[in-house]
Amino acid sequence: MQVRYFDHAGTTPLDPAVLEAMMPYLRESFGNPMSIYELGGRASAAVQEARADVAALINARPSGVIFTASGAESNNFALRGIALARQNEGKHIIVSKAEHHSVLNSARFLEKQGFIVTYLPIDGYGMVEPETLGKAITKETVLISIILASPEVGTIQPIRELAKMAKEKGIIFHTDAVAAAGQIPIDVKELGVDLLSLSAHQFYGPKGAAALYVREGLRIVPLIYGGIQEGGRRAGTENVPAIAGMGKAAAIARERLSHRIEYLRPLRDRLIEGVKKTDNVYLTGHPAERLPGHASFTVEFVEGEAMLLMMAAKGIYAASGSACSSKALKSSPVLLSMGIPSSVAQGSIVFSLGHENSTDDVEYAITEFSVIAKKLREISPYRGGWGGVEEAEKCIPKK
Amino acid sequence: MYSEKVMDHFMNPRNVGEVENPDGVGAEGNPTCGDVMKITIKVEDGKIADAKFRTFGCGAAIAVSSMVTEMAKGMTLDEALKITKESVANELDGLPPQKMHCSNLGADALKKAIEDYKSKHPQ
Repeated sequence: MQVRYFDHAGTTPLDPAVLEAMMPYLRESFGNPMSIYELGGRASAAVQEARADVAALINARPSGVIFTASGAESNNFALRGIALARQNEGKHIIVSKAEHHSVLNSARFLEKQGFIVTYLPIDGYGMVEPETLGKAITKETVLISIILASPEVGTIQPIRELAKMAKEKGIIFHTDAVAAAGQIPIDVKELGVDLLSLSAHQFYGPKGAAALYVREGLRIVPLIYGGIQEGGRRAGTENVPAIAGMGKAAAIARERLSHRIEYLRPLRDRLIEGVKKTDNVYLTGHPAERLPGHASFTVEFVEGEAMLLMMAAKGIYAASGSACSSKALKSSPVLLSMGIPSSVAQGSIVFSLGHENSTDDVEYAITEFSVIAKKLREISPYRGGWGGVEEAEKCIPKK
Repeated sequence: MYSEKVMDHFMNPRNVGEVENPDGVGAEGNPTCGDVMKITIKVEDGKIADAKFRTFGCGAAIAVSSMVTEMAKGMTLDEALKITKESVANELDGLPPQKMHCSNLGADALKKAIEDYKSKHPQ
């Protein structure tokens, strides 16, 4: 059966040209970049070239790019590294409720270390309102971290405006751009951010390579101590093949970004229009300020994992934020923070498109989706309405 | 993640719907916390002549509902009351550990349906 892959927010396939760029460093050019002989020099040159390509993708200086092993590491590094570097100036941190677990759980770790954390509410679109941020800032605030675009609902935050508010008060601003990098244009100078996380496997690069951008002159405490790799800010022998792949993927993404966006937007809009033709299906996230390939919904009266399984049986691979589809058996905190009742959040489904998806893939997904939603609603006791579920909603606030 | 048998009962669920003029009705679960199952039974000569279900939930929840109604049909009420989460899971060639409790409500819903019948038909 033909596979139609709609989970690019989960991970993207490796671009064949990226694999090609990685191969020499898995084979003959296996040297350690720290070695002084030619073999090491070759590896070191690959890392520096990749650094320049990743920097160019976000309009940063190459020296501002620190390679890490994952988006989660970059986010941990940003939060913990800045909190520790600044703790003498204040111990208050602000993050939003739209953040990825790697930001939220880093914030929770810092709370245990004596920091005070404000979790900013988000609106029904998953957006942080600048006024809300303004009210949360105190004299003690040293760091603000707000996600650039949500992998769950696709919403793009007004980062420029939010970062400006931080700058005016001398507060460090980090944005998690893991879901956004390679998907939309990013310019760290224009955004005015001090730190930014990005990850290669979200834009057709390999897993195991990611980066944290750190503004020139900003002090950050390392997460990993050891040698002098990455300017002493991230020790450990470089994952040269993956880093070379990340560089190539960044170069390709930069070159084809506007093409990809132009291709994805109409495809996404057609998918949204088609899926919404089924009754009681709602778009989640912002209708306009959203990632070009991102289409996310709640489908009332059915559960997300059941939809995913039935779609997978038809070759359609998508994602869900439902409790049953997560290993932790908890509904997506982002959906709940947007005010979506948890019974409705159970029907979450997320399609994230990539440039290798065709119009035919989208039409096929729309048709199969309507059949599957109907089939599961036939089975559901709530076919026509939630009936007395309001009562049951009381079981939600278990924190 | 799921056994072939779970996938079969999920993709082709048996006994979906409600029996006409049910002798017993049982519901278990909560849609905000996980899954909901509703089972209706028809009782004749002390045996479960028919059983149907409706379920809101994941693949495991639907497969469990389908299996438990299949198991119960033809059983005496006492036999059916002996169906457990474990026996349903065994008949399905196992369930993933995280699904064992939250999605495995079939035996409980069936038990409630039988108790409902019994409360209406005191011996």
